[in-house]
Amino acid sequence: MQAKISAKDVNVYYGNNHVIKNVSLDIFPNEVVAFIGPSGCGKSTFLRLLNRMNDFIESFRMEGNVFIDNEDIYDSRIPVEQLRKNVGMVFQKPNPFPKSIYENVVYGLRIQGINDKRTLDSVVEKTLQQVGIWNEVKDKLQQSALALSGGQQQRICIARTLAVEPSIVLMDEPTSALDPISTATIEELIYQLKKDYTIVIVTHNMQQAGRVSDKTAFFYMGELIEYSNTSELFTNPKVELTQKYITGRFG
Amino acid sequence: MNAGNLQLNRWKDIIFKWYGLLCTLAGVLILIVFLYTIIIDGWDRLNWQFFTSLPSRRPSSAGILVPLLGTLWIMVLTTIIAVPIGVAAAIYLEEYGQKSRFASFIEVNIANLAGVPSIIYGLLALEIFVRIMGLGRSLLSGALTLSLLILPIVIVSTREALKSVPKTIREASFALGATKWQTIWNAVLPSAAGGILTGVILAISRAIGETAPLVVIGAMLYITTIPTHPLDDFSVLPIQIYNWLSRPQKGFIENATAAIIVLLAITFLLNGIAIYLRNKWQSKVKW
Repeated sequence: MQAKISAKDVNVYYGNNHVIKNVSLDIFPNEVVAFIGPSGCGKSTFLRLLNRMNDFIESFRMEGNVFIDNEDIYDSRIPVEQLRKNVGMVFQKPNPFPKSIYENVVYGLRIQGINDKRTLDSVVEKTLQQVGIWNEVKDKLQQSALALSGGQQQRICIARTLAVEPSIVLMDEPTSALDPISTATIEELIYQLKKDYTIVIVTHNMQQAGRVSDKTAFFYMGELIEYSNTSELFTNPKVELTQKYITGRFG
Repeated sequence: MNAGNLQLNRWKDIIFKWYGLLCTLAGVLILIVFLYTIIIDGWDRLNWQFFTSLPSRRPSSAGILVPLLGTLWIMVLTTIIAVPIGVAAAIYLEEYGQKSRFASFIEVNIANLAGVPSIIYGLLALEIFVRIMGLGRSLLSGALTLSLLILPIVIVSTREALKSVPKTIREASFALGATKWQTIWNAVLPSAAGGILTGVILAISRAIGETAPLVVIGAMLYITTIPTHPLDDFSVLPIQIYNWLSRPQKGFIENATAAIIVLLAITFLLNGIAIYLRNKWQSKVKW
């Protein structure tokens, strides 16, 4: 099968800091892949490589290639806006715009110049259905998204991401700011979304990685230590360092 | 530490607390005394006739219609001129030009401009707007002058407002495929609107109290025609107050205090709106 995302010998530097060391990894369509590892291990940096969000960091420098659908995304011929439309991202803290729920969801469409009300209405309903929040908010679409609870806000943020029809969704610790019940609904949602999207999720929570992902990648000090099927990595790790980390002996 | 020392330090604490309170109240007390005296002197003069009359040689039939309209005209024109320029400059400095030497050179100069005495702006405006551009002693000249004066304030407060928009909002927009300009226009500016508006209102309330630069460019001390066009001659409230205060008759002094009440009311109203907006914005947007 053809890899959806393929990283080849990737090195990343912030100034003189070598933060990603020679990482190669393939992610296949409709997989959920979890990145785990202690703080500062490079997992978030690696995630942000995939939609070029590191480009905003002044001292960022990278070697190697990242291919998505066989195209090198750091090749300058591909417009970065196009890439980010295809590779959506959900952040650690829910970050809705200070606008109505409706305007939050259609933001990505409006910036593409899509303003037809019927199109927008149907996207809003469809994506809010997808994230399972339609019934809760359908009567208050014009209210500010900031008035919602953290878990609801995060689902609006996911709906907003899905509205531009990406094929990959990156999630950077999407539940770390949420309570356990909201966390459970988001995890359930990830499970649902897997049918249509390739999902990469960074998490601090190993139980979460175990529950939601098909494959898990363990990062340590910028290196990819181990990458295999989640069940295997958690029950039968090949590397001692992985074993130590997942049993909570450090990190 | 012995007991005597401890006692002494406690006393110092108490003394400073009261001294500090006194210092804090000094400003408020002065304002109260000031308001009390002008309201006593001028309140009786505030009637319909006062608001709707043209200037007159007799204090009892003189009114503030012309300078009041002048002030309102100036407010609107200054806003129209200064806000787009100031906001655009702030966006450039904050979002685009941040690292270049050119930008930091401009930045230092904007900070300097904020400290230039207002009469200097008047002299500059007299040369450029009144003489070279031939706008005369018009409302437009006045508004351009005051725009120059408040531009640094608008720029600085807009930059503060832009700075306070969290990085996560920008990231959210970029991650949805927006370009930099789309991000600024659709995500950053709406998020900063409350802060920008507050700064703009405070700047305008500063502008309508200015007298010196308008005297320099030749705003009229005595004018009997209502301004209806940006190129008309004009007067404004502070100039009218200045004019009346320089007259010997007691009646004019009363007029001046009444006009001061009107000017203060407008200023307080603007500041009040600014505070209201700021609070509303802070409570609405919790990042």
